[in-house]
Amino acid sequence: MDFTIILQAGIASGTVLLFATIGELFCERAGVLNLGVEGMMLIGAMSAFSVTIATGNPWLGVLAAMLFAGLISQIHAFIVITLQADQVVSGLSLTFLGAGISLVLGEGLSKAGTVSLLPNFSIPLLDMIPILGKIFFTDQSILVYIGYLLVPLSWYYINYTRPGLHLRAIGEYPSAADALGINVFRMRYFYVFVGGMLAGLAGATISLAVSPGWFSELTTGGQGWIAIGLVIFAQWDPFRAAIGSYAFGALRRLILDIQGPTLLLGFANPFYYNPYLGFFLQMLPYLFTVAVLVIGSREAIRKRIGAPAALGVPYVRGERGK
Amino acid sequence: MTELTKRAPFRIRVEPRLSEMPAWYPALISFGALVVALILGGVLITLAGGDALLSYQHIAKASFGDTGVLSDTIVKATPIILAALACSVAFRMKLWNIGAEGQFIMGAFGASAIVLTPVLPAETSRWIFIPVMMLAGMAAGAAWGFIPGFLKAKFNVNEIISSLMLNYVAVAWVNFWIFGVWTEGGFQMSPKFPDGASLPRLLEYSKTFPALRGLTTHLGLLIGIVAAVILWLIIFRSRWGYEIRLIGDNPRAAQYAGINITNNIIYVMALSGALAGLGGMSEIAGVVHRLQTAPIAAGYGFTGIIVAWLAKLNPLAIIFVSILFGALILAGREIQPSGVPKMIQGIILVCLIASDFLLRYRIVISRGEE
Repeated sequence: MDFTIILQAGIASGTVLLFATIGELFCERAGVLNLGVEGMMLIGAMSAFSVTIATGNPWLGVLAAMLFAGLISQIHAFIVITLQADQVVSGLSLTFLGAGISLVLGEGLSKAGTVSLLPNFSIPLLDMIPILGKIFFTDQSILVYIGYLLVPLSWYYINYTRPGLHLRAIGEYPSAADALGINVFRMRYFYVFVGGMLAGLAGATISLAVSPGWFSELTTGGQGWIAIGLVIFAQWDPFRAAIGSYAFGALRRLILDIQGPTLLLGFANPFYYNPYLGFFLQMLPYLFTVAVLVIGSREAIRKRIGAPAALGVPYVRGERGK
Repeated sequence: MTELTKRAPFRIRVEPRLSEMPAWYPALISFGALVVALILGGVLITLAGGDALLSYQHIAKASFGDTGVLSDTIVKATPIILAALACSVAFRMKLWNIGAEGQFIMGAFGASAIVLTPVLPAETSRWIFIPVMMLAGMAAGAAWGFIPGFLKAKFNVNEIISSLMLNYVAVAWVNFWIFGVWTEGGFQMSPKFPDGASLPRLLEYSKTFPALRGLTTHLGLLIGIVAAVILWLIIFRSRWGYEIRLIGDNPRAAQYAGINITNNIIYVMALSGALAGLGGMSEIAGVVHRLQTAPIAAGYGFTGIIVAWLAKLNPLAIIFVSILFGALILAGREIQPSGVPKMIQGIILVCLIASDFLLRYRIVISRGEE
């Protein structure tokens, strides 16, 4: 078992989580909790795959995924921003809705043929770096490289630009932002849309690059929920989000690959000789998410950093307080 | 004021609702949301190339058409009742337990362990088997609900994600047992349970009452109704229920009143898990009669979330709403495309949440200029 290969594939599979996590991060920074990530990812995966089959152009598929997932996120935006409903229940309903719609529209799609995939390539020079070059810059999907760019750009945008300052303001203290002339409602709609588009991109990354195809709800298999957990672990910081996403991606690959070889670190591989132990391996990503949440929550208490102050609170103009 | 609104014949204003509304009003709004949802669902079915009217007719006929299918509808509703009760008690305290699915699965596992380990021999009397299996199912479900409750109370871990993650763990856990330990001939299922380990069904009494022939409704329905009544008494007539409601409505006031919120989080999550676990037990002993993943992990826990919300968290209303959803699931199995019931459930939930706006605000239409 070659660990660089596992890590290389883990980066690709972690890119799915990365897009979804960064998207949710923007949304939560603006003060809106969107639990519908799983549903939006399914919409993205389904529309990316079906549009690619219909047109033969995977880039149109990616575009459609981002657009449709972004549009469906606006249902949540309308319900929680304009109608001021509970964000938890609305996000849950978006998950149901996204799953249901993608099942109905994706009917029969699993039997569809192969699609032309997004290109994989290596970055010249960088792929010559020992070990790291092989893991990060050799034969990766173009979406993986887009992921590399997204992390520092998001970080810079949130912390060092004027719109980023506004973003943090509407998530921490919307009434002050409103007094400064920032349109809190419009900006929140916008960032929910951004979150939806990135969740759609995450879905497209699955169905067009990481594990091509449409396998109904198994396509995402709870990764949308893991992404929401990772936002808490990341403490709303893009770089920590990247670390968490890639680590989870590597874990997912490791679970797949560890059952192959007969020898593990020089010993008889128990996962090879007793395949039933594989079910315990399947639990690991989900148990790790819980563990990561415990770590993130404890750290947040200790360092007194936490969620954006207005997260989950509807902004009502003219009401006292936040 | 712009020119346009000045010239408009009437103006629409939205203002907070200050006065009490009549008791029937929330029910009317929920019903309206349901109708709107079915219309929207119909539009989507038509867009996807189906025939909406035919689909709905089919649902009605296939679930309420005669006593036989009505009985099947009630069988489908039974696990939903218990899962929705589980969700409702947690939601009442604004604890978002969306792990009812996993707690349901673990309840089925706990009840099955009594039969398959075996804790009780196969020839044990039914009237010993059933209570022991109920207790085991509730204990396993409660343990599965306790974990996110404990993590929330002690480490402030978001219960939404932890309870949901445990759903996947529960599926893998049951899969391990039915593949690795209790498998029947290498298939993905345990051997069939002995007769004593099954809940009595109406059709067993058809010798005395011929009208009951072929009716599959089982004792689980009674368990669900009794659980609903007990939960109603706890929530609305007991001191503990008052604490739960107060914490849900106003946690700060509850804290000032000296209510121990930390402990209540753990108790309520465990109670919620126990109810879901009881649902799993009822399904395994009343319908499936063997441990098998697919019919147990069929999404009852998730449907329970929607049903609890539609019933406005009222335990007695849950019984009736569950029957509606039982119909949807029963009939939905034959509808093409197969995702339709799930999509309609999603649309119903979206419409319901949107309709809550009308409970908090009134829309005032006034004539002409102010």
